[in-house]
Amino acid sequence: MHRYSEFDRDFVATRNAQYRDQVARRVAGELTEDEFKPLRLMNGVYLQLHAYMLRVAIPYGTLSSAQMRQLAHIADRWDKGYGHFTTRQNIQYNWPRLVDTPDILDALAKVEMHAIQTSGNTIRNVTADHFAGAAIDEVVDPRPYAELIRQWSTDHPEFQFLPRKFKIAVTGSAVDRAVVQAHDIGLQMLESRGELAVKVWVGGGLGRTPILGQVLQEALPIADLLPYLEAILAVYNLWGRRDNKYKARIKILVNAMGIDVFRREVQAAFETIAQDFSGEDQAVLEQLRQAFDFSAATDVDEAAYHQALAANSLFRQWVDQNVLPHRLSGYSIVTISLKKPGQTPGDASSDQMRGLADLAERYSHDELRVSHEQNLVLPHVALGHLPAIFDALTALDLQTANVGLISDLIACPGMDYCALATARSIPIAQQIAERFSQLGLEETVGAMKLKISGCINACGHHHVGHIGILGLDKGGVESYQITLGGDGSENASLGEKIGPGFSADDIVPAIERIVAHYLDLRSAETETFIQTLRRVGLASFRDAAYVDPATEVIHAS
Amino acid sequence: MARIKAPVVVTANRLGSGEVVYLSRDGRWQASMDAGQVFTELAEAEAALARHDNELEVVGAYLINVEVHGARVEGQHYREQFRSLGPSNYWHGKQTEANDAPV
Ligand code: HEM
Ligand code: SF4
Repeated sequence: MHRYSEFDRDFVATRNAQYRDQVARRVAGELTEDEFKPLRLMNGVYLQLHAYMLRVAIPYGTLSSAQMRQLAHIADRWDKGYGHFTTRQNIQYNWPRLVDTPDILDALAKVEMHAIQTSGNTIRNVTADHFAGAAIDEVVDPRPYAELIRQWSTDHPEFQFLPRKFKIAVTGSAVDRAVVQAHDIGLQMLESRGELAVKVWVGGGLGRTPILGQVLQEALPIADLLPYLEAILAVYNLWGRRDNKYKARIKILVNAMGIDVFRREVQAAFETIAQDFSGEDQAVLEQLRQAFDFSAATDVDEAAYHQALAANSLFRQWVDQNVLPHRLSGYSIVTISLKKPGQTPGDASSDQMRGLADLAERYSHDELRVSHEQNLVLPHVALGHLPAIFDALTALDLQTANVGLISDLIACPGMDYCALATARSIPIAQQIAERFSQLGLEETVGAMKLKISGCINACGHHHVGHIGILGLDKGGVESYQITLGGDGSENASLGEKIGPGFSADDIVPAIERIVAHYLDLRSAETETFIQTLRRVGLASFRDAAYVDPATEVIHAS
Repeated sequence: MARIKAPVVVTANRLGSGEVVYLSRDGRWQASMDAGQVFTELAEAEAALARHDNELEVVGAYLINVEVHGARVEGQHYREQFRSLGPSNYWHGKQTEANDAPV
């Protein structure tokens, strides 16, 4: 895996020392809150409802076992023994004391981690396909490119005060697991005329004005990647609106200019900027490709795997649902669900984190991944090791076999933690997962992306959920609005509102009715929810959702 | 969020810990909303807020609408009710503190 350079180490150490001093001056009264707040935010420290929150970046969602152990240690030593993995492949701690945050940042630095650029109008943590380097459908591992972008964007002097936050996602596969079209810039590595190239989308984003990205370049040569990104940022920095924060994201600029004018502006900027790039970035890229390369053959005996498949139906079910083939033969990709019904989506206890660190070290070439769907991944597992992993996960209560099903839903922290929330999202997530698991309907329903946000900022990606739920405040009462037909994959689409919101008591039955309607309408068991919805249209689903709750219920049969 | 109307309480988060606190009758910041001074005149509350805002002990002070039930003071909006208790997914935060329970 990639390791920090001297530069990274010194930079983080300097920043941590500055921050420690800033906290001391704030506590001593030498800095006012107005002066201090931007400084703490630059280090990922937010104030939420009940406490501070520390957001730690996990670049492109990749963690070593040592890093995961340190995250567990931080949870125990300075928080309440757990962490929350987010849709941006970060981890958030919900209870740190301000006065402890400098120590936490030092503890993170020991394992080459930090919280820089996890807030503010900067280029945020670069996210990537969580199956990078392992996916069978991949053209190339996107992480060397993500790491190159991380190095270029970290502490970049011109990009510390952009008009607004800026999010970049990278995938190396045509199958989009990184929701690239919902990012300010989305990148897809591909092959074009026998050469590696990159497809560039710009102007995607969720929030109060959800927009899918538009194609800016179909196949940009790899050598042009950084100067081209810099040109996009330069155009945005110059023309992006700073007078109204709701109109400040690049998506608004791209729509106002039109994609063709925007492309011309970028091209003009690129001509100048490209001259400053000496090719050094391409040398770095070559090193990164080697650092991320994983091609070890496996000679682990597969007998235990085949035996367990035949003998243990729980194991078989888990393999069917949570394990995928790897691009290398003899290996597999294991997704660990953090969505046991009733649990808070994305939360892991410190014991679970340590257990997973051990598994990664023994069985997955010391690597773990965080997915934007708030699960964890062991990316390189020999088939013969799967039974041992399943047993270990069972001991950690992490064996839930529901990846991709309705209970594998995304939820933002909502009003249980977030100061911006208009309603809670976690209890709704818990109730939906528990309800469908009680009904025993999850597998019958099959592939389903359900996503919940606690306000219009859309951190829970509800716009790209097949079923999206948005929590609102309707005259002092929590109210939940449903959108249908969103999709975060390569067939991206934004969900449509179906009508007035539901109360906290009515939302789960409404979801149940929508799902029952799908089961009634699907043409075959293989037709998924989103396919049926696209075939028959929204109208009848809307009618089904608003049927009198007292008269209609679905039953597991 | 709802418009601010008396009766109100002044609330904030403690600087060091982030804990939710309320301005009490003796002018100190206390953990329990029941200890909060209930202002029936908005102007008095605003004056108290101005005096205590930005002081070293707390951050982000603001006014909240409350309802008074005998010795109990309760936030009118659910946000403030949650804030006075803690999250609903874990037994964490104020709800765990025995001395916060109503008598
Ligand atoms: C203190 C907590 C948080 C705050 C203050 C916050 C703030 C915001 C705001 C203001 C936006 C809207 C940006 C815009 O429309 O321009 C947003 C979007 C977003 N946030 Fe958060 N958020 C928080 C927590 C989270 C968490 C926990 C996650 C991951 C689970 C997350 C992931 C996202 C994503 C994916 C988006 C939408 C993508 C986009 O930027 O268009 N945020 N957030
Ligand atoms: S969507 Fe709203 S409630 Fe949820 S985390 Fe984002 S800002 Fe908070």
